Amino acid sequence: MSKIAFVQKNKIPPSPAPISEVGFIGWVKQNLFSSWFNSLLTLISIYFIFIILRDFIPWAWGGHWNTKSLRECLDLNPDVACFSVLTARWKQLLFGLYPAEEYWRPTVTFIFLILSMIPILFPKYFKFFWFSVIYPGLAIWLLWGGSIWGVGIVYIGLSLGIFTFILLLKLVSKNTVLSGIGALIFLIVFFMFLSNYLVNFLNIILPIALPPVESLKMGGFTLSLIVGITGIVASFPIGILLALGRQSNLPIIKMICVGFIEFIRGVPLITLLFVASVLLNYFLPPGTNFDIVLRVIIMVTFFSAAYMAEVIRGGLAGLPLGQHEASASLGLTYWQSQRLVIMPQALKISIPGIVNTFIGLFKDTTLVSIISLRDPVGLASTIRADQTWNGIYWELYVAIGLMFFIFCFGMSQYSQYLERKLKTDK
Amino acid sequence: MKASSPPTDEKFKIGMLLSDTRYRGTSLQVITFIIFVAVFFWLVDNTLKNLALLGKDVSFNFLFLRAGYDINQRLIPYSSDSTHGRAAVVGILNTLLVAFVGCVIATILGLFVGILRLSKNWLVAKLMSAYIEGFRNVPVLLWIVMVFALLTEFTPAPKAFKGADPQATMLFFDSVAITNRGTYFPAPILNEGAYWVIFIFILSVFAVIFLKRYADKLKRETGKDFPTFLVSIAILIFPSTILFFALGSPISLEYPYLKGFNFKDGIHLRNSFLALTLALALYTSAFIAEIVRAGIMAISKGQTEAASSLGLRPNKIMNLIILPQALRIIVPPLISNYLNLTKNSSLAIAVGYMDVRGTLGGITLNQTGRELESMLLLMGFYLCVSLLISSVINYYNRSFQIVVR
Repeated sequence: MSKIAFVQKNKIPPSPAPISEVGFIGWVKQNLFSSWFNSLLTLISIYFIFIILRDFIPWAWGGHWNTKSLRECLDLNPDVACFSVLTARWKQLLFGLYPAEEYWRPTVTFIFLILSMIPILFPKYFKFFWFSVIYPGLAIWLLWGGSIWGVGIVYIGLSLGIFTFILLLKLVSKNTVLSGIGALIFLIVFFMFLSNYLVNFLNIILPIALPPVESLKMGGFTLSLIVGITGIVASFPIGILLALGRQSNLPIIKMICVGFIEFIRGVPLITLLFVASVLLNYFLPPGTNFDIVLRVIIMVTFFSAAYMAEVIRGGLAGLPLGQHEASASLGLTYWQSQRLVIMPQALKISIPGIVNTFIGLFKDTTLVSIISLRDPVGLASTIRADQTWNGIYWELYVAIGLMFFIFCFGMSQYSQYLERKLKTDK
Repeated sequence: MKASSPPTDEKFKIGMLLSDTRYRGTSLQVITFIIFVAVFFWLVDNTLKNLALLGKDVSFNFLFLRAGYDINQRLIPYSSDSTHGRAAVVGILNTLLVAFVGCVIATILGLFVGILRLSKNWLVAKLMSAYIEGFRNVPVLLWIVMVFALLTEFTPAPKAFKGADPQATMLFFDSVAITNRGTYFPAPILNEGAYWVIFIFILSVFAVIFLKRYADKLKRETGKDFPTFLVSIAILIFPSTILFFALGSPISLEYPYLKGFNFKDGIHLRNSFLALTLALALYTSAFIAEIVRAGIMAISKGQTEAASSLGLRPNKIMNLIILPQALRIIVPPLISNYLNLTKNSSLAIAVGYMDVRGTLGGITLNQTGRELESMLLLMGFYLCVSLLISSVINYYNRSFQIVVR
């Protein structure tokens, strides 16, 4: 046996990494002070954050919440925020001039909105989809009031139309187009001649009605949500159709779609809103005068539909041509291949763009304040014109900005989550 | 199937117009076209009837009538005796001014923020993403009114500059005054000979461009580096400066000074202009930052690794490998953001800046009652700008896109 002075029999346990490389200190060293330039940037950033917090925290933290007017705030301590304006006017910021005793209606509409989105967002609850279908009518009735049969008749008519369509398809002709035309004729006859009598009749036997509320009374975030969400929901199908039209190889349809999209995208939303408020009456038969909020919603829908179309077109262009060819070679018709093969993939690619359009639309609802509707930004000017709160700026703007930020940021986070969830490759 | 083997024995039936793929496309187009034309004529007919009811006609003569209102910020001579047409031109120039200045600031800020957003420094990256999310998720209208409030409420009144011990002082050696009535800058005064100096300066800019081309050529052919940067600086500075002093300083600055309760002379930028431009620039810069970030991230990591295995330094990798490829992705959405900024400048009304919507689509429209004509012209202007910009994008895409198969 040769002489070996020392043999290590046991494994030496690894010694812990130097304290400057792991844990908090290591993280700080790697991420904040890795080089002189980085250290400089870090110090500048810390100084910057310090400056902002030094000014903001005392201002916001010590803010008054229960004074009667701005004057009183300034007398108490002029250096802190006067949030009393929010205490006094938060209802107005949320509901506009909606009658106070009816505040439950927008609230219930909003709660129902969340409920109606559940079946769409979470496939597990898809069996409650019927609620999402009746929600739009319900929301209109709750917000504008009047007799329930005013919107109910639309649902009755449409269900009867679908019933007629199926009946014709089963009994008369196997041709979907002819049955469709039959159902359309039925609908026209129904809404032109029969619906009025039916509404009157239903009003007599089942009078369910809420006190009507004028559109001009609506305001605040209720108005932003009404315009924003209606625009979002309505612009989505129109956008898909426009995108398909733009991709289509039928020249006339393509031309009309391209013209519409480029025109709408070429002009600012504000000019379209002005068209809605001053010019739309020129284009309609003499004597027609319909609701300003509805006119704004129509314009906003057109506007975002054009943007939506471009986003979806981007998604369609991103698909390899082989997908079209493969689905055609399987014998799928145009609409089948769009529904089953093309759209699911194209929409998945364009999710970020679609959500960005939604966010943009929601932010753009503030522009209605320029045609003197009372959205939060418009209300801020109204409140500031009031004697008691004259001269207040930041408290209102910060609150309104925060509300928009929460909505928009939430939406963009949801889109990122959806993107990750739907990612099937990589 | 149907299309590939047309049945020859089948007789033509009316129903086939809709059910047969051979005819369906055409008949669909014909139906669409008829509906389109019908709707169009219905709208035109309604418009004519409505105009007749109101006793109006369609005429653009109002553009040559006296406007009778004043515009406080203008780039070309204008008085209340000028015509509505001239007022519209003043508005158009004001819109373009805001758009141009806003785009320049937004690009610089956006590049800066977008690159810092990718910094390895955790704090800086988080700060920049807070900046981006903050500006992107709050409506631009709110930013405009907020910046306006900031400029009017938190700046001193001109009278605060008065006296032996003033509350406020001017910045940069008494040359810039920020007041609640706007910001005053020194104005350059061109005396005799000034144009020569400007001319020489422009010549030296061209010389620098040629020098750059020459240096590139030298590098490509011989591999030698030419000290382009230092020589360019020398070319830019020396000839103009020597001429400037040789001609006896023909360009001088006219400083703003306090007279009574207001500043006189110098360039006066109103708060409405500043607020609109700054707010639009800040808002758009957040979008540009995201575009820049996405463009740089889209270049695969292999490119960086390949470049560094060739022995290139980090800044050379950025300049020679990453940026040229990233620019191809960045530029088209960047330009469309310029278009958005231009369109958003129509929110000028919120701060009382007289852009084309304020003159042509605002006061002129209200005074003359020519809603239809004014809105048509206004939309035409915006459409022209947007078509111009989208043709620039298309041109760029055609010239710089990688050709695939």
